[in-house]
Amino acid sequence: MAQQQSTAARDLAVGIFVVIGLLALLFLALRAGNMGGFQLGPSYQLRAKFDNIGGLKVRAPVKSAGVVIGRVVSIRLDPKTYQAEVLLSLDQAVAFPKDSSARILTSGLLGEQYIGLEAGADQQNLSDGAEIKMTQSAVVLESLISQFLYRSAEQAGASEKR
Amino acid sequence: MGRFGMVGLRSLGAWVIGQLTQLGRLACFYARLSMLFWSAFTRPRLLLAQLHFVGNRSLAITLVSGLFVGFVLGLQGYYTLNRYGSEEALGLLVALSLVRELGPVVAALLFAGRAGTSLTAEVGLMKAGEQLDAISMMGIDPLRRILVPRFAASLIAMPLLAALFSAVGIGGGYVVGVVLIGVDSGAFWAQMQSGVDVVHDVGSGVLKSVVFGWICGATALAMGWLARPTPEGVSQATTRAVVASSLTVLGADFLLTALLFGQ
Repeated sequence: MAQQQSTAARDLAVGIFVVIGLLALLFLALRAGNMGGFQLGPSYQLRAKFDNIGGLKVRAPVKSAGVVIGRVVSIRLDPKTYQAEVLLSLDQAVAFPKDSSARILTSGLLGEQYIGLEAGADQQNLSDGAEIKMTQSAVVLESLISQFLYRSAEQAGASEKR
Repeated sequence: MGRFGMVGLRSLGAWVIGQLTQLGRLACFYARLSMLFWSAFTRPRLLLAQLHFVGNRSLAITLVSGLFVGFVLGLQGYYTLNRYGSEEALGLLVALSLVRELGPVVAALLFAGRAGTSLTAEVGLMKAGEQLDAISMMGIDPLRRILVPRFAASLIAMPLLAALFSAVGIGGGYVVGVVLIGVDSGAFWAQMQSGVDVVHDVGSGVLKSVVFGWICGATALAMGWLARPTPEGVSQATTRAVVASSLTVLGADFLLTALLFGQ
């Protein structure tokens, strides 16, 4: 009898162990992970070509007005135009006009880069697989600085001539 | 000179062959254990008893260690992030380091010390006391009856323990970061949720801990199974089990990290 009782107590203890272990996993998935947050339901894909994507990565968010509406699915270099072709997967519930524009933005000063979509005014919407024609590349700090340096050198040269 | 050279070569060859034989024996043992994994579920009572032994009994050390690792991560992470004015990323730092690395690895190291050693000593003493021989004399396969339930229990308990370690550690980081230091609670969780991916981070952490459970369980049992059946043999096997499991876990962790997160 005592034997049976201790077995029952042990089984209960193991049961509790397994349950709290699984609860911890659930906690990691829901509370620490992004499973409770944005999830792609039914989605459609858009393409966009950029001259320079900077530090954009696959799975980076796609935002419109700051709201996450999709993710970057793949990035590849177009061998003909030498532009970066980015494939976006967007929430089916959000449709964008044909003259919408895509920009590569940075969240904060040192944050990760994401794609910002700005809606246009066209009557027709972009369909699955369509390309966003108007794009603006990422701001690359080096080219920004070199532009600034060129300009200041030009100004210095102009003032010397005078 | 020639004779010495011959003797040296011969002993080198004998040493290499001995090492390779040992390695082969280990590999066969690991393979047999792994193939018999599912047969553990035909003896659920034994499996439950072992789960209680390796799982529940390791709970206290795992939870307490996890809590303190979380505390320290909170303090040290805040110290570093504060220099860059990005304390809000503390939650992300604590969660990612725990879920991806520290949870599986530290829990496995603790497991090797807490449960692995007793598995080795138990099996080694059974061998020394000729109990394993007695069991096989009765027509029962000691591998299935004694080793497989212990192995399966390690494999099941390890991911659960690692998840608990990470969860408690995140709680510890929250206590230090938010309650004591005063990082914004909303930012703490929001940064964590935006940065921790369920499949890439949590999933690969779980995968790691399953592999570590396999390593710790199989290594501990192999050391006991292959131990010399003497008191010294068992004590050496126990030491070797901890050293071998810990080193294998760390090495496998590097390999897995390179495979899972390397691009």
